[in-house]
Amino acid sequence: MRMIATRRVNLVATSVLLFSMAGGMATLSAIDHLRRGSVAQEALYLRSSKVLRRMSLGYTGLLADIYWTRAVQYFGEQHHSGSGDFRLLAPLLEVTTELDPRLVPAYQFGANFLAPKPPNGAGLPGAALSLMKYGIEHNPDQWRLYYNLGFLYYTEFKDFAKAADVFAQGAKLPVTNEFMPILAARMAQHAGEFDTARMLWFTTYQSTKEARIRQNAVDHLLALQVDEDVTRLEQVVEKYHQQTGRFPAGMGDLERAGFIHGTPADPKGRPYKLTRDGRIEVQDPKSIFFITKGLPPGATPPQPPRENPPASK
Amino acid sequence: MNSRIGYIAFNTFREAVRDRVLYNLIAFALLLSGAAILVGEISIDIERLVVVNLGLTAVSLFGVVIAIFIGIGLVSKEIDKRTLYTVLSRPVRRWEFVVGKFFGLTGTLVVNTFLMAIGVFLALLYVAHRFEKMDVWVLVALYFIVLQFLIVCALALFFSSFSTPLMSAVFTFALFVIGNLAEDLRGFAKITQGVGGWIATAIAYLVPNFSALNVISQVAHGDAVPGRLILYNSVYTLLYSAMAISGAVLIFQRRNLK
Repeated sequence: MRMIATRRVNLVATSVLLFSMAGGMATLSAIDHLRRGSVAQEALYLRSSKVLRRMSLGYTGLLADIYWTRAVQYFGEQHHSGSGDFRLLAPLLEVTTELDPRLVPAYQFGANFLAPKPPNGAGLPGAALSLMKYGIEHNPDQWRLYYNLGFLYYTEFKDFAKAADVFAQGAKLPVTNEFMPILAARMAQHAGEFDTARMLWFTTYQSTKEARIRQNAVDHLLALQVDEDVTRLEQVVEKYHQQTGRFPAGMGDLERAGFIHGTPADPKGRPYKLTRDGRIEVQDPKSIFFITKGLPPGATPPQPPRENPPASK
Repeated sequence: MNSRIGYIAFNTFREAVRDRVLYNLIAFALLLSGAAILVGEISIDIERLVVVNLGLTAVSLFGVVIAIFIGIGLVSKEIDKRTLYTVLSRPVRRWEFVVGKFFGLTGTLVVNTFLMAIGVFLALLYVAHRFEKMDVWVLVALYFIVLQFLIVCALALFFSSFSTPLMSAVFTFALFVIGNLAEDLRGFAKITQGVGGWIATAIAYLVPNFSALNVISQVAHGDAVPGRLILYNSVYTLLYSAMAISGAVLIFQRRNLK
């Protein structure tokens, strides 16, 4: 009799436990749904790094890691939702780097989140510049930070003189990258746009182990290849047009005239198309991201699909 | 160490193990393995940093909590259970009892830290696939954490020699917090003039300086810890613990246990 009573209590207690657990989770999910947007942004969000430093009782390293992870998640969430609202990104990165000024990834990737125009970034190149300068001030021996600052001057500000200066400073460091002095020279000459860009993206690929950043660099390198191929082929078509007074009917005409050898193809192996009005187009514009040339008239440069957080550059 | 102190220390250690203190290792292992696996998914390029920062912070906080909650009950529990009278009726002096308890608790924490350190290094191996030269400094940070425990244990024992367990916990935790803000306190003392300045300076030097014992952020970036700091921190901890234990002994000697 007593055993039956004990079993009954066990059964009821187990049922209540499971029901409460499932119910609690469902309720929490409903609350989250209700407060979507505000929860994620307010969590962990305290602007004063001085207050945080004191509250952390000296465990600032861990707090900086948490803030950096929060910044990555925030960027990924905003990027994924396509809202274009990145107003908390710069303060999150500021707090992160003030808590741990030596957290190099926060400068490297943080600047890449801040600088590009939406939807690929927050469109805050000024904030990215301040972040990188603060990073170099506290980590003067890290060539990657000079590289990122030079990259920023080159891509966002088109300030070749400052980019050259920063690459040159980075090239003088005891531990540096072989491309730094070459990049400095190229910037100073402001020459070879495609080669310079290729070298920058190759250095980006080389300087990180992060798979998403590497894939982004590969996508840009492929896009550069297409842009360069299309520019060169259109120059050839123009030359043919000047010599014969008409546009070539196909790539065969260019080959027979000795301008090219074989059928030129994009990096994915698909032959380029020659249009009647002498333009060169890729066969599948959606297959190669970031291309600016070889697109049908009116088409916008294709972008990679939005990822779940953490997102790529 | 005399054999009576050794016996008391060993019994304190055995009692802590019997009280399932080492169960905290399970929580620690879950926390660290979870972080090591998850951080690569949710963050960028800080796997090693997180393992070192989180691992050492957890070792430190878990240890401090154990030191406070066991330390405050070391004397009062013996009085409540009336086992203290049995111990003291034997040829054991009161100071031997206090010192033995201190060594027993610190021994428990050293074993606990040693096992956690193995966890930290395994997690490091998991995220970095190999050990690097700079990992040696993680050992130094762990040593400093053990020094931190010595001071916390001594303080908990000191407060528990004259106060209730609850108040002892409050006092010890308050000193742990103030000790972590010791640098700020010293800065405040420097800018304060007159008698206030003297008092602030005296307090700044009297509270334990835990901030000097925290090199977690430094070693997470692979920075070396100067040999002189290791020496000074060791001497400081030895002196501070001796001071707190002496205080505990002096109070306990005069305490009316009837």
